[in-house]
Amino acid sequence: MASDTPSLAPARGVRSAPLSPGGDDGRRSQLIAFAVMVAFFALAPLAIYPVFLMKLMCFALFACAFNLLIGFGGLLSFGHAMFLGTAGYAAAHAAKVWGFTPELAILFATACSALLGWITGLVAIRRQGIYFAMITLALAQMLFFFYVQAPFTGGEDGIQAVPRGRLFGLVDLNSAAAMYPLVLVIFLAGFLLIWRVVTSPFGRVLKAIRENEPRALSLGYDTDRYKLLAYVLSAALSGLAGGTKALVFQLASLTDVYWTMSGEVVLMTLLGGLGTLFGPVVGAAIIITMQNYLAQIGAWVTVVQGAIFVVCVLAFRRGVVGEIGHWLKKPL
Amino acid sequence: MEIFGIPTQALFGQLLIGLINGSFYALLSLGLAVIFGLLNIINFTHGAQYMLGAFCAYLLLNKLGVNYWWALLITPIAVGASGIVIERLMLRQLYKLDHLYGLLLTFGLALIIEGLFRNEFGSSGQPYPIPSQLSGGRNLGFMFLPNYRAWVIVASAIVCLGTWYIIERTKLGAYLRAGTENPQLVQAFGINVPRMITLTYGFGVGLAALAGVMAAPIYQVSPQMGSSMIIVVFAVVVIGGMGSILGSILTGFGLGLIEGLTKVFYPEASSTVIFVIMVIILMIKPAGLFGTQK
Repeated sequence: MASDTPSLAPARGVRSAPLSPGGDDGRRSQLIAFAVMVAFFALAPLAIYPVFLMKLMCFALFACAFNLLIGFGGLLSFGHAMFLGTAGYAAAHAAKVWGFTPELAILFATACSALLGWITGLVAIRRQGIYFAMITLALAQMLFFFYVQAPFTGGEDGIQAVPRGRLFGLVDLNSAAAMYPLVLVIFLAGFLLIWRVVTSPFGRVLKAIRENEPRALSLGYDTDRYKLLAYVLSAALSGLAGGTKALVFQLASLTDVYWTMSGEVVLMTLLGGLGTLFGPVVGAAIIITMQNYLAQIGAWVTVVQGAIFVVCVLAFRRGVVGEIGHWLKKPL
Repeated sequence: MEIFGIPTQALFGQLLIGLINGSFYALLSLGLAVIFGLLNIINFTHGAQYMLGAFCAYLLLNKLGVNYWWALLITPIAVGASGIVIERLMLRQLYKLDHLYGLLLTFGLALIIEGLFRNEFGSSGQPYPIPSQLSGGRNLGFMFLPNYRAWVIVASAIVCLGTWYIIERTKLGAYLRAGTENPQLVQAFGINVPRMITLTYGFGVGLAALAGVMAAPIYQVSPQMGSSMIIVVFAVVVIGGMGSILGSILTGFGLGLIEGLTKVFYPEASSTVIFVIMVIILMIKPAGLFGTQK
């Protein structure tokens, strides 16, 4: 029975151009795309509501962190909401109850998620493929039930009115003009770190594990250690996004830990393009914008999201950015 | 009468609820295991199909006046048929791809089904009456046993064992097991494997729908009843391992009982106990209690 077949490339057989970030050609198109992205986020607040853009960047970073695991490590986590939500609670608690400055609150949140990633990772990487997805989903649900009852989360109300505070004790973050640059810097730093990681030797080994784990193992790589490290890294970056999000909205709530959130980040990444560098950002932008406009029609949002899942899996497995990259014959 | 300082009424009452939950865990994880064996797909839609079963019974009763017993027969066939359509139109295209795509597709389908029902019926639960033949209950001396609950436990045990018998002891089951091991070879012997796969999916979905009908009078019929169930059932499947049919059944009933006991002794942990057990099992025996690691 092929129960535990090695986690294959999620895009195996559908990925077009070989991902060769080292190649000059791919590098240049990626740099151009990066410049376009930075220019967009730097200029967009002139035309678009800044809080919406900050939300978008938080989710984009979250999706990029998730993509690090599935797109480059071949591990489908169905419980990533636990990192987003845990970091949200950690940042909100630190800022509101302990009076941490915002940068320390976000760092603390990131550390909490990394720790959670390490603990859950030790359990989850014991199985692969489909089992990995089920285990992460179950672990996240366990944590959800814990947070429902835990005294410090505020239950259904969440932690409200979280103070944004003063950055380094100096800059008051209560205006969007001060908060926006901070979120932009955090997002870009996270993005660049992921970019660096996937092009590093470590990233190459991850891809090797995704393509053929027994082979990577036989070449002498301790594959479990690589997978755990990728998992912790992904958890930490998701935590960075979650902590920042809690400060942006001044709220940490159960929605961010619920399984639907785990599904949403999968959807963003799938729609944007699994294993592409810019796909998660585009996917997050589409899904967040869609939610914004469809908010009035209530439960139909779920139906639309489900339909996007089905269409992506059946006919659009490269995703938006993957298709563009395929068309340009360049990895993006 | 008290045991460990707990009144026996409460203890056996919770054990009964645990056994009821266990029946549904067993039926659902059995369906998942049967589908996974042949299709290599984890059917995320399973929870939604369980919910469909409950709603199908509810609509049959309220729109057409069809009673519980007919619903018990019609619903698994109807929902199973809808599963066959899904398999033919969608899942079939994914067999050559990574198994994870099947998970993503069925997750999307679950979102669609649940969303549609939430639009139509709202989030609140609808009551479904217990059939008159099974109303009331009997006093066993140490506890009061409602007839309907006894029926659910017995009926699901019979269905589970029947499924086990078909798969492990009949010729049809032998084809099925052979198809799980090596579909190409079975096809070479002249057995129509694609049709077998389609029917297997329909059967697994039918089991979920049957569980839904049986659950309707116990839990309320609501659009969310499936999604909260399916995640627990995933944990049950990870604990049991999907290698053995009997293993899935035993794990389902056993975990239901443990959950019931937890409700008596440490209620705060009752919603998480199954997940905690999953973590422990993964540390000790990653393949699951009855699974084999490849």
